[in-house]
Amino acid sequence: RGPSAFIPEKEVVQANTVDERTNFLVEEYSTSGRLDNITQVMSLHTQYLESFLRSQFYMLRMDGPLPLPHRHYIAIMAAARHQCSYLINMHVDEFLKTGGIAEWLNGLEYVPQRLKNLNEINKLLAHRPWLITKEHIQKLVKTGENNWSLPELVHAVVLLAHYHALASFVFGSGINPERDPEISNGFRLISVNNFCVCDLANDNNIENASLTGNNFGIVDSLSELEALMDRMKRLREEREDEEASQEEMTTCFEKEKKESLFVVSGDTFHSFPHSDFEDDMIITSDVSRYIEDPGFGYEDFARRGEEHLPTFRAQDYTWENHGFSLVNRLYSDIGHLLDEKFRMVYNLTYNTMASHEDVDTTTLRRALFNYVHCMFGIRYDDYDYGEVNQLLERSLKVYIKTVTCYPERTTKRMYDSYWRQFKHSEKVHVNLLLMEARMQAELLYALRAITRHLT
Amino acid sequence: MEKMSRVTTALGGSALTGRTMHCHLDAPANAISVCRDAAQVVVAGRSIFKIYAIEDEQFVEKLNLRVGRKPSLNLSCADVVWHQMDENLLATAATNGVVVTWNLGRPSRNKQDQLFTEHKRTVNKVCFHPTEAHVLLSGSQDGFMKCFDLRRKDSVSTFSGQSESVRDVQFSIRDYFTFASTFENGNVQLWDIRRPDRCERMFTAHNGPVFCCDWHPEDRGWLATGGRDKMVKVWDMTTHRAKEVHCVQTIASVARVKWRPECRHHLATCSMMVDHNIYVWDVRRPFVPAAMFEEHRDVTTGIAWRHPHDPSFLLSGSKDSTLCQHLFRDASQPVERANPEGLCYGLFGDLAFAAKESLVSAESGRKPCAGDRRHPIFFKRKLDPAEPFVGLASSALSVFEMEPSSGSMSWFVDTAERYALAGRPLAELCDHNAKVARELGRNQVAQTWTMLRIIYSSPGLASAASLNHSVGKGSSYGLPLMNSFNLKDMAPGLGSETRLDRSKGDTRSDTVLLDSSTTLITNEDNEETEGSDVPADYLLGDVEGEEDELYLLDPEHAHTEEPEYVLPQEAFPLRHEIVDTPPGPEHLQDKADSPHVSGSEADAASLAPVDSSFSLISVSHALYDTRLPPDFFSALVCDMLRFYAEQGDVQMAVSVLIVLGERVRKDIDEQTQEHWYTSYIDLLQRFCLWNVSNQVVKLSTSRAISCLNQASTTLHVNCSHCKRPMSSRGWVCDRCHRCASMCAVCHHVVKGLFVWCQGCSHGGHLQHIMKWLEGSSHCPAGCGHLCEYS
Repeated sequence: RGPSAFIPEKEVVQANTVDERTNFLVEEYSTSGRLDNITQVMSLHTQYLESFLRSQFYMLRMDGPLPLPHRHYIAIMAAARHQCSYLINMHVDEFLKTGGIAEWLNGLEYVPQRLKNLNEINKLLAHRPWLITKEHIQKLVKTGENNWSLPELVHAVVLLAHYHALASFVFGSGINPERDPEISNGFRLISVNNFCVCDLANDNNIENASLTGNNFGIVDSLSELEALMDRMKRLREEREDEEASQEEMTTCFEKEKKESLFVVSGDTFHSFPHSDFEDDMIITSDVSRYIEDPGFGYEDFARRGEEHLPTFRAQDYTWENHGFSLVNRLYSDIGHLLDEKFRMVYNLTYNTMASHEDVDTTTLRRALFNYVHCMFGIRYDDYDYGEVNQLLERSLKVYIKTVTCYPERTTKRMYDSYWRQFKHSEKVHVNLLLMEARMQAELLYALRAITRHLT
Repeated sequence: MEKMSRVTTALGGSALTGRTMHCHLDAPANAISVCRDAAQVVVAGRSIFKIYAIEDEQFVEKLNLRVGRKPSLNLSCADVVWHQMDENLLATAATNGVVVTWNLGRPSRNKQDQLFTEHKRTVNKVCFHPTEAHVLLSGSQDGFMKCFDLRRKDSVSTFSGQSESVRDVQFSIRDYFTFASTFENGNVQLWDIRRPDRCERMFTAHNGPVFCCDWHPEDRGWLATGGRDKMVKVWDMTTHRAKEVHCVQTIASVARVKWRPECRHHLATCSMMVDHNIYVWDVRRPFVPAAMFEEHRDVTTGIAWRHPHDPSFLLSGSKDSTLCQHLFRDASQPVERANPEGLCYGLFGDLAFAAKESLVSAESGRKPCAGDRRHPIFFKRKLDPAEPFVGLASSALSVFEMEPSSGSMSWFVDTAERYALAGRPLAELCDHNAKVARELGRNQVAQTWTMLRIIYSSPGLASAASLNHSVGKGSSYGLPLMNSFNLKDMAPGLGSETRLDRSKGDTRSDTVLLDSSTTLITNEDNEETEGSDVPADYLLGDVEGEEDELYLLDPEHAHTEEPEYVLPQEAFPLRHEIVDTPPGPEHLQDKADSPHVSGSEADAASLAPVDSSFSLISVSHALYDTRLPPDFFSALVCDMLRFYAEQGDVQMAVSVLIVLGERVRKDIDEQTQEHWYTSYIDLLQRFCLWNVSNQVVKLSTSRAISCLNQASTTLHVNCSHCKRPMSSRGWVCDRCHRCASMCAVCHHVVKGLFVWCQGCSHGGHLQHIMKWLEGSSHCPAGCGHLCEYS
């Protein structure tokens, strides 16, 4: 089996064998000292891989306020929110390797109260970051026996956000479990990997879909691609002459927010009510020892009618101006690494789209990034959300929403059903964008709460 | 005309009146700008856009420009600017990328004039040309700067920043065609308004985004920039390459920077995060702000000097929804609260010390300095007449020079190397260490070791006599020698801070501190014999004559006079130790004593008169005779250790601690021990005494210390075949599944110590190689290399 359940092995390996750079990076920055499946899939984008590994290595291994085992335990807690057994297993090993107390792995009741206190923020950050307030921060840093210092808290928040986002990537790209379960320490979760279950449940679907839709599919998707490129071009040109009025833009954002409501909930419900259920049952029993309140999940930002939370205005608290300064102040140098990573993923392009070359994909990348932020209630004044509607087809929206909001429900069918003409590396690129956008959104909310606590 | 007269009087400096005041806005402000008549200010934010009149006592809302039922995003302002030529003309930059101009002269309620929707992203900054009525410049997140002519519907020219977001644009005040722009990637560009194709000049000013810039109002070439890297830099642009002339390090990212009018070197800054204050800096004094305004409760987002020729009024808007007017005279001045004092060691042990002139002069007035080794150099900066700090921060600098010979620490190195800390019975260790100390001329230390031995090891019969002998000898000439040693050796690094307090020659005060055991005796003697003479000494004797005496007339000394009970108590244990040393028969004791006294008398003229030290001895006899258990002394020993550590001889403290082990450890708290250990280890490592330091670490019982040896003990190796790092085991490579480290002698895998030749890189088991090379000088692998094992 290859590193990913979604991507044919040869696609990944092919890219990998030629890449000396990746090997170098792995040697330099990998904590486990080997090329794991995530890295292997990410190595399709070496440029990005470097900044990813560097920042990950920094937060796990370099100077920081938290002790090493704690870092891994926090990673486990974060991954557990999305029932990501892949990441959990990985960090269980690392946790033990760095001298963590094995007893902790029996579940949250066995860890110190201090770590347990992170639960609330972990939960909110993973599913509804907009609910984080300065009171949460105050509760954690309030002096007492189990209090967190601000640097420690920032470190923890960065880790949590990183691993929530990484869980999205793992599910979104269908990362397979690592091959060598040689070390069986009893704490590893029995690899009932979700997508395996999904795959089993949906194999028929896929077969059917490919059988019936094959001929249409190609024709469809070809014209789909053309149409998409056409729209992108038009958008670029249009912008000069036609101006959407402000009211229009506002409503667009609202509409997009609302629409995102129906996007997944409907879809998943129709296609796999069954497997979803099964999934949750199996996984939760295993993973739930690391989490509290397992029922807490993403709730659409737009839905919360009564308690009218204000939209997060991106211009009022940006990563570049505010987030960076705060994070770097309390946990030195991570700011630069994250900054570089965000910049890298935002600007990464090969100027290709499927078989076409020399395409300016800026609008498309921006649409993806902003759409993710939109689902977390972050709004850009200077963005016309109508673009999202034009550029992102429904199946893609379904995929985006699933991957960012409840990644554990991602299925191969979702992955396959959008952008059928595009290369796998491009889909991985999409995943990277989603992952970073999500991480940034979580960080923005958490850091804003910390800033408010400070003022 | 009326306005003209107002402005001219303003120039005269008397027209602008007001006080420090603030008013509440309905919403957070993003930017402010002042009308040229200095009587109105515009505040803009996401949901506020108002004009306030500045009156003497308060701000009065004059106009709300945010009209219409449903506020559009065009009104969500990131920046606002008021034209400096035309008081009816304003421009705002909206977060959605629209640039709007406003004409206050319009009769209708809606003053909106023109709308430029050319930018694709948020517009960060707008700027009017300082002299041209119709030229407006904007810089946006999309990386473009656009120049608008207000008489036309769209932009005249577009300048591309090569896809990097523009954070600030500023027209040069002096050069008609020039403007500067700053970028998110840290660059600053200079453009000619007539040449949109490429910039005139570009340089990297900051690490990370440059948030703001400001041209100096008078100095033609000076541009101040502020960035996320917490720095404000002043660039001289007149030269061929932009030259950094000043750099101010602030404590948070710099959001705005504004030169202060009429003060050539002053600029005001505010920060974007965390820090809410506004600072005014003198760029020549980059470490302490000249003034600080602390009114705001949230980050300050906009600052503006009220009038271009009045340096005392500053206006500011903040996220906390207030608009403030600050008066310079009400500012807090951090300099006043700062301690202009500093202390620093030179490379060769010289010590420089700066303190407020008033302090120093007062002290030297009280105690005239002997001034032989002290060279006070009064530190004078060339002061600018405009310098606001004169008097406040001027300080005197004193330099204490080292005696050339006393700088050497060789005694430390020798002692460290030769001390025995473990592996032998306590008595032997003590004897050995005492011998080492004596050979190095450190007699007090030697004495201490001997005493320790006596206290803690049971009195052996055989050694008693010889011991007595040696001790007798030691004490007979020990004391005087000790004095000279203190003068010579101990002066450099130890007890230096305290030395400063006394403005005596430094080495002299050291003697007092270092061997207080002896001095305390003398102190007491002094007290008893001279009594009321002491004050006289203060006045006269201090200056000369008593140069080589042991005791000093320092403030402590004055105290000893009055509370007579304090000193004896303090001195008791120490005195006790010294006098108590000679064990055994009493006649010996007597014998040992008399030379002791006479010796010290001979060497140090004013030392103990005979009778008083006899009385002391009689006390100790009584103690000695009862043969107290070692436990009785442990408090004294601990005091002694603390004493040594305090003197800076942490070596002694740690050595004794190790040698005595369990006997004293429990009486000294963990933290102190740890502290001593770390200081000693640090010292040892500075002198490259790695082996000793390792031994000390090993012998220490404190967990925190012994784990120092456990850190970074991993040695990473690469496989010799495939050159990959070997992760799991050191001898088998995971990748090529070959054994990497074979012994060249026995051809087996080496799993423990592996030694290899650096010349031919062959090697093997340590034992095998050693054995092999005893018999042959060639490499065991047969490569012909002549290996060496040392």
